[in-house]
Amino acid sequence: MARYLLSVFGPTDPPASGGSSSRSELLQEWADTGAFNDKLQREGHFVFADGLEPASTATTVDGRGERPVFTDGPYLETKEHLGGFWVIEAADLDEALALAAEGSRACRGAVEVRPFNTPESIQALLDS
Amino acid sequence: MTDPAVEAAIARVHREEWARVVAALTRRFGDLDIAEEAAAEAFAVAVERWPRDGLPPNPGGWLSTTATRRAIDRIRRESQRMAKHQAALMLHDSTRPDPSGPVEDDRLRLVFTCCHPALSMEARVALTLRLIGGLTVAEIARAFLVQETTMAQRITRAKTKIRAAHIPYRVPSGQDIHERLAGVLAVVYLIFNEGYLASQGKDLLRVDLTEEAIRLGRLLLVLVPEDGEVAGLLALMLLTDARRSARVSATGELVTLQEQDRGAWDRGLIVEGQELVRERVRAVAAGAGPPGRYQLLAAINAVHTVAPSSSDTDWSQVLTLYDRLAALDPSPIVRLNRAVAVAELDGPAVALAQVDRLADGLDAYHALHATRADLLRRLGRSAESRTAYDRAIALAANPAERAYLTRRRDQLRG
Repeated sequence: MARYLLSVFGPTDPPASGGSSSRSELLQEWADTGAFNDKLQREGHFVFADGLEPASTATTVDGRGERPVFTDGPYLETKEHLGGFWVIEAADLDEALALAAEGSRACRGAVEVRPFNTPESIQALLDS
Repeated sequence: MTDPAVEAAIARVHREEWARVVAALTRRFGDLDIAEEAAAEAFAVAVERWPRDGLPPNPGGWLSTTATRRAIDRIRRESQRMAKHQAALMLHDSTRPDPSGPVEDDRLRLVFTCCHPALSMEARVALTLRLIGGLTVAEIARAFLVQETTMAQRITRAKTKIRAAHIPYRVPSGQDIHERLAGVLAVVYLIFNEGYLASQGKDLLRVDLTEEAIRLGRLLLVLVPEDGEVAGLLALMLLTDARRSARVSATGELVTLQEQDRGAWDRGLIVEGQELVRERVRAVAAGAGPPGRYQLLAAINAVHTVAPSSSDTDWSQVLTLYDRLAALDPSPIVRLNRAVAVAELDGPAVALAQVDRLADGLDAYHALHATRADLLRRLGRSAESRTAYDRAIALAANPAERAYLTRRRDQLRG
C-alpha cells in the first residue's frame, strides 16, 4: 500500500451561493463528495479528508528568522488555490488515479495526486 | 582483431535480447535503475568477451545470468539499502504467476510502465527507446536533437517518478487494456513520425527512429497478437516506410505521392504491410469488431501502394476509408486529407470549398496551405495559389518540404 495526497484546486474566491440553482448544485456536490468519502472508508482507502476555508483566510508564517513574521494571505499568489484534500492509501498509482478521477467528478474540481515519502525514499535521499 | 561476423552477431543479440533482459531484471529486483544498469553492464562484458571467446551457445541466457549477477553485486555493494531490495525481491518473487497458467511476457509489463499515462509524452518516448529499444541515452538525445545531459535527466526523472509514485509494473486489467494500449501505440507512432517527418533538424528522414518504431511495432504484435490496432499500426508503418527512398529526390527535395517513382518502393515491406491489412480485413469480416484508426490508415496506404500509378488509384475506396476514419476521428486534419481524395473524384473546385471551411482551425498548419495552393493551381488561380504557397513555405519546418513547395510556386505562370 502507498499513501497519496489528493489535492483539490479551485478559484481563490468560491462562488457565492446566492441563487437557488447554485445552492442546489452545491448541495449536490457535497452529497456526491460525501458518498465518495463513504466509499473510501468502506474500501479501506480513507486516511483523512477535509475542505478548507477560502485562501483569503490564510496566514503565512516565516519562523526562520529571529522573530516569526506573519503575513496575511496564502504563501503563493495564484488564481487557484488548494480548496480541500484527501489522504488515501492505494495499492499503486493506477488505483490512486482511478480514485482521484472519481473524487474529481464528485467534488467538481481538478485533483492533483502526489505520493508521500516512504521509509525507502527517505533512505535513498540519505544515501544519495 | 574484431571479427565483423561476431560484431554483427552481438548487435543482433542486443536487438533481440535487450528488452527481455531488462524486463526480467525489473521483475526480479523491482527497480528500473538496477535493471537498466545491470543489463548495460552485461552487454558491455559481452562486447569485450565474445570476440575473444566466441558467442555462448545461449546468448540470451548468458546475458540474463551475467546481468543478474551484476545486479546482485550492486545490491551487495549498497549494503545500506540491501534490506530494502531483499524485501523487494521477496515481494516480486511472491507475485510470480502460476507456471501452469498463460505466461505473460515481462516485456509487455515493461511497455505499459514506460508508456504510463502519468508520465509526460516526452518521458514515455525516451523510456521506451531506452528500456525497450535498448538505444543509448546519447543515441536518443541525438535523435531528438537535445543535449545528452538533458535526455539523461529526462529519463532519470521519469524513473524517479515511477518509483516514488508507485507506477505499477504490470499489464492493465481487462477493461483498461484497450485504452492503455492505445496510449502505447501513440508512443510508437510518435517515434515513427518523428523519424519519418523529422519535425526539426536538417534531415527529412531519421532512419534510426523509423526503424526503431517498426521494431517496437513488431514486438508489440508478438506480445499482443489479438489486438487489431497493433497489426494496423505495424502495417501503417511498413507501408509508409516502404516509400521512404522515393520520398526525397537526389537534390534533397520532398517528392509527393503523386510524383514518386513507384519502382523505388520497397516491395518486401509493401507485401508484408498489405498482408497484415488483408488479415485485418478478414478478421473484421469474421466479426472481430470495427477497425480502429490505425487499421483504417493502413488500409488507405494499402490502396495507394497497390496502384501502379497515382492515376490508377482507387480514389473512391480511399474516400470511403476516410469517411470511416472521420466518423471515428472528426478532426480537421482527417478532413483535410479526405479533401485530397475528393479532389481526385469530384474535382479541385469541390475539394477547395471543403478545404476553405477548415482554414480557420488549421491556419497555422503548413499542409492546409500546401493543399490549398495545389488546388488553386489546378483551377488556374495562379495569384491566389502563389499566396498560399508563400504561406505554406513560411510555415513548413522541414527544408526538403520547403524546397518542394518553392519549386512548385516558382513554376506557376501568370
